[in-house]
Amino acid sequence: MSVKTAGGSPTAPTTSKRISGTLYRGREGMWSWVLHRITGVAIFFFLLVHILDTALVRVSPEAYNAVIGTYQTPIMGVGEVALVAAIVFHAFNGLRIILIDFWSKGSRYQKVMFYVVIGLWVVTMVGFVPRHLINVFSH
Amino acid sequence: MSTATLDAPTQDDAVQSFTVTFIIRRFDPEVDDEPRWQDFDVEMFATDRVLDALHKIKWEQDGSLTFRRSCAHGICGSDAMRINGRNRLACKTLIKDLDISKPIYVEAIKGLPLEKDLVVDMEPFFESYREVQPFLIARSEPGAGKERVQSVADRARFDDTTKCILCAACTSSCPVFWTDGQYFGPAAIVNAHRFIFDSRDDAAKVRLDILNDKEGVWRCRTTFNCTEACPRGIQITQAIAEVKQAVMRGKP
Repeated sequence: MSVKTAGGSPTAPTTSKRISGTLYRGREGMWSWVLHRITGVAIFFFLLVHILDTALVRVSPEAYNAVIGTYQTPIMGVGEVALVAAIVFHAFNGLRIILIDFWSKGSRYQKVMFYVVIGLWVVTMVGFVPRHLINVFSH
Repeated sequence: MSTATLDAPTQDDAVQSFTVTFIIRRFDPEVDDEPRWQDFDVEMFATDRVLDALHKIKWEQDGSLTFRRSCAHGICGSDAMRINGRNRLACKTLIKDLDISKPIYVEAIKGLPLEKDLVVDMEPFFESYREVQPFLIARSEPGAGKERVQSVADRARFDDTTKCILCAACTSSCPVFWTDGQYFGPAAIVNAHRFIFDSRDDAAKVRLDILNDKEGVWRCRTTFNCTEACPRGIQITQAIAEVKQAVMRGKP
């Protein structure tokens, strides 16, 4: 075998220590699905806890008040921002998925609709977050 | 006029070449327990393809590198692989379209059993393909002239899904298929679509029943990875959506 390559000789193979490139680089569709999953599971666990704490009122009103009282801390206030962020994204993206499934041109405009979802999410959060944080931190 | 134009190009005229680093996920079932990454530096021209790089590595550096390719021109669908985190055909991916300031990662497609280096076992993929009965099933005799005449509009109805070359780039880009190998996958649904919406075919109902399954079209989560990955530009998610609608209507 004649080793004659243009401009340089092939270097000996080395074993790379870097483990990379294993993550699939999807685009808007895949990342909206990932976010939809994450927010969906997060909302599910919130609802689970929410049903349990609401059901406490049947056990004893004092226990219910004690649990609800612990929610009125700034940490939970910030948590509520995350909760609303998740629900708002899940709701708007849910409408996008319905349009993809039932509107004949839905899949053609899925990328545009993804950015519309992000835009609506930003507008909603801009309206909600400052007002909510003022309430949380002014107590 | 001078005839010197046919002379061999001088050093100044030579097309510029680049040293490109490829990091390839290797796996030899007889030696390795786990796949490993290996670097290769290859001298490439901007107009070369990733397949040319694999050839250079195999022919000049390491003859044990294993991959599939047949036609090498984007028709046979043998060389689908994950290049820089996206499924593509190595023979249709030009070096100039990749960022060669960083290494180029090449690995086998995901979701199918890895056999060696870039070769996977395609049998589960073809099994799903066979299950949707991808052949014409007609209950009537052909008309006069022994042809099944079809209008241009009827032919255009399924034109997009006739382009499939069964390279598995779509099915192995699907997050649902990665975690649930029982899912039919985009390619099988595309090929079912090709016959479901064919006016000459009489077995649409059968195929819709096959795909109206827990592992059928309803597994699709519209991530659009298949549409992005398809080297033939088929609007796969659109085709799956049309099959979903047909399942709900009960007819094409």
